Amino acid sequence: MDFGPHLFLAMLEGTITAAVLALTAVGLSIVFGIMRVVNVAHGEFFMLGAVIAWWVATLLGGHPALGFVVALIVAPLLTGLIAATADRLVLRRINYDPERTIVATIGLLYVIQQATLMTFGPEARPVEAPFNQRIALPWFEYGVDGFMLTWPWGLGTTTYKLAVIVAAIVILLALWVLMTRTRIGLIMRATQLDREMAIAHAIPVDRVYALVFALGAALAALGGVLVVPIQQAHYLMGGDPLLLSFIVVIIGGLGSVVGTVVAAILIGMSDGIISVFFSPTLAKILATLFVAFVLVFRPQGLFGQRPL
Amino acid sequence: MTLLSTKGLSKQYAGLRAVHDVDFSLERGEIRALIGPNGAGKSTFVGMLCGRIAASEGQVMFDGNDITPLAAHQRISLGMAYTFQITSVFARLSAKENVALAARRLSDSTPKRVRERVNKALEQVDLQDRAETLAGDLSYGHQRLLEIAMGLAQSPRLFILDEPTQGLAENEIESFKQLVRTLAVDATVLLIEHNMDVVMQTAQRITVLNFGEILAEGTPEEIRANDAVQAAYLGTG
Amino acid sequence: MTLTTPGILSHPVTRSVLLHGGVIVLLGWLYQILPEYHSGNLARIMVLAVYAMGYNVLFGYTGLLSLGHALFFAAGMYGLGLSMYWLDASPAPGMLAGLISALVVSGIIGALALRTTGVAFMIVTLMFAQAGFLTILLFGEYTRGDEGFVLQQADRILFGLDLTQPANRYGGALVLFAVCLGLVAWLVQSRFGKTLIAIRENEERARMLGYDVQRHKWLAVVVSGTLSGASGAAYALLFGYAGATFATVQYSIFPLLWVLLGGAGTTIGPLIGTLFMFYLIDISSQFTSAYLLIAGVILILLTLFAPHGLAGVVRKRLMPWLP
Repeated sequence: MDFGPHLFLAMLEGTITAAVLALTAVGLSIVFGIMRVVNVAHGEFFMLGAVIAWWVATLLGGHPALGFVVALIVAPLLTGLIAATADRLVLRRINYDPERTIVATIGLLYVIQQATLMTFGPEARPVEAPFNQRIALPWFEYGVDGFMLTWPWGLGTTTYKLAVIVAAIVILLALWVLMTRTRIGLIMRATQLDREMAIAHAIPVDRVYALVFALGAALAALGGVLVVPIQQAHYLMGGDPLLLSFIVVIIGGLGSVVGTVVAAILIGMSDGIISVFFSPTLAKILATLFVAFVLVFRPQGLFGQRPL
Repeated sequence: MTLLSTKGLSKQYAGLRAVHDVDFSLERGEIRALIGPNGAGKSTFVGMLCGRIAASEGQVMFDGNDITPLAAHQRISLGMAYTFQITSVFARLSAKENVALAARRLSDSTPKRVRERVNKALEQVDLQDRAETLAGDLSYGHQRLLEIAMGLAQSPRLFILDEPTQGLAENEIESFKQLVRTLAVDATVLLIEHNMDVVMQTAQRITVLNFGEILAEGTPEEIRANDAVQAAYLGTG
Repeated sequence: MTLTTPGILSHPVTRSVLLHGGVIVLLGWLYQILPEYHSGNLARIMVLAVYAMGYNVLFGYTGLLSLGHALFFAAGMYGLGLSMYWLDASPAPGMLAGLISALVVSGIIGALALRTTGVAFMIVTLMFAQAGFLTILLFGEYTRGDEGFVLQQADRILFGLDLTQPANRYGGALVLFAVCLGLVAWLVQSRFGKTLIAIRENEERARMLGYDVQRHKWLAVVVSGTLSGASGAAYALLFGYAGATFATVQYSIFPLLWVLLGGAGTTIGPLIGTLFMFYLIDISSQFTSAYLLIAGVILILLTLFAPHGLAGVVRKRLMPWLP
């Protein structure tokens, strides 16, 4: 494949990465924005989404679409429930103290990860996509007769991958509607702005926090469900999404959902492109160093108002 | 002899002029009170003196040297002692260790000399019986005294006391007035205060700030008689 | 205040010498009575305890929580490992190379990371450590990446002693531990150490007493990082292997876990925590491959119920003088 189509393909793959990353990262961003805590176990919620999707698909059998649709509902709900329990039992008791929360969520990371290892096992297991048609993509070339459409071999994607992008957009829009147009969203934003005032207005802040933590986990789990037909389910698959989500959220500005989405697109695309043309390891090194330097020299990120 | 002075000292926050173009001068050995209504800029001004807040414009001079570019800890090292508006001590360390940390800063700090300085400072504020108590377990009034002991242990040339009588009981305030006069024997004292009784009875000169500028300066009698000051805030104790 | 002179036994220096000297003597004696499996473990534990002690200087005494100390451990490990493997260095210069690597890396990282505080500091240190790990993988041609490389037995002879022999290996670990324990004990009771504690307790107050807080923090990072690097270098030398696993996030979490469990801000806490966790994992890994589950549960329980750790509780209830 020539450079042009190759770049196009890399960008397309990057967009899919960005879509899933946006979902996962927004979950992390909401938790930080409203609760002011950093959840290091966030990647494990992503992994749980994928693993639960596998369980559901295996248990139900039949057409993959059936299992997938059920998983889309069950996985986020179950993961959200686990998250809410963790919030109740642990985070609330340490009063959401920032440093203690990080240590506690590290513990949570190991608990979830290793429990999955014990039940699911160390192998990677595939999940079939609900639909998976190959689509060849056209490429423009300026030739002797003007613009021509060509169909380079290897340049293509699948219906499922395109559907993932659409799904991510839909979910993010739904989230935006939830946050800005519903009562629950209003309560969440009020709690974010001024916790004391929220309490004074008889808003059950503890319950709001549990809900927010669950929502963040559910978004990550959704990302996991969407990605599992493309990758495979594996107990260690939470590590990369965690790192990338961190990068996205910090660069986009903690607490800023718009910034997070923009950063996800940037990071997803560049990760995809650098990985394809250079080495994935180099891409990751650059990304981690970028986050570190952003935090050191511009603590509010690119869009955020308040520093970590 | 001028110990501390400022020239054109200003602090600008986005859209808000907290302190504007202040020329201030403090003589060696003075007890000076800095008063003004709430929001007058006293804390910001003092913050710029000791280096906790960076000035937007202007200069701060200490003992003839321009200390404007110096960081807070460097200014303290030149001979300033600062007590916080809301008492700030090392709550989980003993009173003795609190003062020792201050005393160790001086150049000839052998363990023996540090112990001597600590005992002397604690005696001056009458806390010697509580030397082993954890600072956090002391009453609020005693914590304030501990902070002053920490200042004393530094043998400073300038004592900056930020609302030192706030939260003290009547009898504690009385002993405090006496303590200020003791401090002034060896050091210059700059006192930010709201308690007019304390101000009138301890200060030799008073500087009044209002809206970030100096409204008036003078002896207690002069200030008491000043109509503008009266108008700015009805000097209640 | 009492007027009587305190007896020699209650003098802080005496107590410190007795305590720390006693621990070292105990460790020496244990070699005689323990079966080889356990003394081999103990050698490993002592080396890792030095890592924990290094971490403790920054976390327990200065109050800074780093999530990237594996970078310093690995700097020491690869400093020694690479110079012995590629440059044919002998153990002593190798150790020096390891120490210098850790010193330089911690100096640079400290200068950058200390521009942040709190949660940002945690993430910045984590990111730098991740970048370090990935760089080791990137240069796999020299570092052999995840697989790692072995240091030959023939090369690991220090001052005429073959370090692969259990007795010499234990002795080497004990010497390292003793030196570092002594260093840390002296440091935290010194003027510098007391300043670090003051910074941990109330940074602003320390600053307004005239202490150069930034400089002290940076020095704490350098000391902490160099001790961690010493542990890494010694680990490679004594156990003959260097690999990228030691640079992963896990190896940044371990010292935090060991120190929290043993007692942050105490000199003997790190050893206690490392010992406990080592055997906890040793025992539980006989039952399941998911032994890190124990680590996770303990981290959560510690944060919830026992932030002081074992030695910390002892200090609170029984021995307030414990350094």
